[in-house]
Amino acid sequence: MGKTFQKPEALADTVTHYCPGCTHGVIHRLVAEVIDELGIRGRTVGIAPVGCAVLAYNYFTFDFQEAAHGRAPAMATGIKRVRPDLVVFTYQGDGDLASIGMGEIIHAANRGEKFTTIFVNNAVYGMTGGQMAPTTMPGQRTTTSPFGRNTDEVGMPIKVAELLASLQTPAYIARQAVIKPKYIVKAKKAIKQAFQYQLAGRCYSFVELISTCPTNWGLTPVDAVKWAEDTMLPYYQLGEYKTPEASAA
Amino acid sequence: MAYHYQIDEERCKGCGLCVTVCPKEVLEISTHVSPKGYFPAFQARPDDCIYCATCCRMCPDVAITISELAGDTADK
Amino acid sequence: MAKILMKGNEAIGEAAIRAGCLNYFAYPITPQSEVAEYLSRRMPEVGGVFLQGESEVAVSYMIFGAAAAGARIFTTSSSPGISLMSEGISYIAGAQCPAVFVNIMRGGPGLGGILPSQADYLQATKGMGHGDFRLLVMAPASVQEAVEMVMKAFPLAEKYRNPVMILGDGLIGQMMEPVEFPDHLKTEPSNKDAWATNGMDARNSRQRNMVKSLCLNPEELNNNNLVLKAKYDQMKKEEVMFERFHTEVDYQVLIVSYGTMSRVCRTAIENMHAEGIEVAMIRPQTLFPFPEAEVLSAAQKNSCQAVASIEMSMGQMLEDVQRCVQGKKPVHWYGKCGGDVPTPEEVADYIRTLI
Repeated sequence: MGKTFQKPEALADTVTHYCPGCTHGVIHRLVAEVIDELGIRGRTVGIAPVGCAVLAYNYFTFDFQEAAHGRAPAMATGIKRVRPDLVVFTYQGDGDLASIGMGEIIHAANRGEKFTTIFVNNAVYGMTGGQMAPTTMPGQRTTTSPFGRNTDEVGMPIKVAELLASLQTPAYIARQAVIKPKYIVKAKKAIKQAFQYQLAGRCYSFVELISTCPTNWGLTPVDAVKWAEDTMLPYYQLGEYKTPEASAA
Repeated sequence: MAYHYQIDEERCKGCGLCVTVCPKEVLEISTHVSPKGYFPAFQARPDDCIYCATCCRMCPDVAITISELAGDTADK
Repeated sequence: MAKILMKGNEAIGEAAIRAGCLNYFAYPITPQSEVAEYLSRRMPEVGGVFLQGESEVAVSYMIFGAAAAGARIFTTSSSPGISLMSEGISYIAGAQCPAVFVNIMRGGPGLGGILPSQADYLQATKGMGHGDFRLLVMAPASVQEAVEMVMKAFPLAEKYRNPVMILGDGLIGQMMEPVEFPDHLKTEPSNKDAWATNGMDARNSRQRNMVKSLCLNPEELNNNNLVLKAKYDQMKKEEVMFERFHTEVDYQVLIVSYGTMSRVCRTAIENMHAEGIEVAMIRPQTLFPFPEAEVLSAAQKNSCQAVASIEMSMGQMLEDVQRCVQGKKPVHWYGKCGGDVPTPEEVADYIRTLI
């Protein structure tokens, strides 16, 4: 780790619209750093979701498509099947991937489509103003669970990394966090590993990243980090859930 | 090797995360408002900076950059 | 070229390959699953791409992704499946990508039936999805015509950077007829480097491309819509296709009918001619753009007493016929919707009531 630090080439100069302290910005930068380090900017296509990152295409300097809500894995499948030489990644949030897009992500992962998914888990629907997500924690107040998520009524939060890891098709499935520097270092390793599996044409790769949403959690960015660490990390445990080398469960 | 440390006030949103992660407590949130309407971070104790770039890695807005300085004139 | 006897669905699949489209994503649904079954064997033979998606929703976005990356791509489905693709088609039109959709219509609404219908006319020509866009819609009346329309659809979709739809029905899909695949309808894909996300390296460019339909700025969105509208205006000028049948005589009734239904009407017209009753037909081959001027001028023939829109729906094309005739002659409708195709005798019986 050198002492100098610059904005990666794959990241645009544009100042983002994300809220102060929103970790989308960290994740965007990590993905851009990995793309720079792997030298693949000229053949990468990103797919933006519907969510806070709907404008993600403004923040990268390579080809980008915009997907309908939840459908990015289907679009990625389409691109990768007709142009297997392109490096394709989807960038998706809780609602996009774990709610409306649940069918698409499971089937793309199960078919072993050779693209990479970056899943931003911040336990809430950000862009639309803070509604409950499939990943919202028990008791967590959101605009559509004003008394706290009642798991008797709506069930427990979904652990997407574990869900996808249960599929029989080989894949790289990991969960890390971007809430503090010590986690960010591991997150970058996982993201790079994911893209390297894609470059090897090996398997589907997926990195879930525990993130903060200070605005919709009603917390300062610093307090949001603490809440994520105390409440989310014990439930959404970090680690590598599956690698293509390990045998299927 | 000398380094140049910079926080770009056009990019900084004053989230304060860099302040909390700095191992040397170099950073603080300033009391002046940036052109964007935020209270940006700044190096309150620049001499203590060890250029570990932890703040850079935490910053969601790539507001902090560190570059190498050639020659004798340097911040440190 | 020798003709081959082929099932409509299979001929449609083969036609795409002969047109230079080697990519197909689809989901099974009666009465068009044979397209996927045929192409699952045939695409690997020609080095093409075949994938059965998990739903029509997913398929519509696979189509979008591939089209946006610059590939020639098509899918086939039937009425309920096309409904599921509605959002995706809107996105494809809004993002100005070329793609071909084939709807082998079945009875509706809802789960409906699996026998032929023409009950998606309004969906295809007026309401394929949210927002201000249209599809170029072609309606074949034979397996050969389906082949030729599929082959023409790809360069048309690329010319307009817009989705194109072939509106067939269960009979077109299921029946077997002799077909040939005209060499002159094989086309090279257009160069899409100006807009497709096919990778900066492949384009030898430092400039990246974005394919999107989001336009938060109202002026920009309006401009985008003006660009789309200009395409549809151009389609109306340049792409109208229709066929006249028996219009040279002094006919008493003008039939407007398309697809399979028009073939029944042809027989009815021939039978009635033998009886001394003169009836003519305009057969739209493009449903959008609709042959408006032709229908009006044919209706205005002095001898013509009435116009009849004959379709396997509850009168979806009727509104367009009424609009074109502008009240100059009375416009009527005859049709059936459950999957039974009206017989020539039933059509003739109905026409006689108009005279």
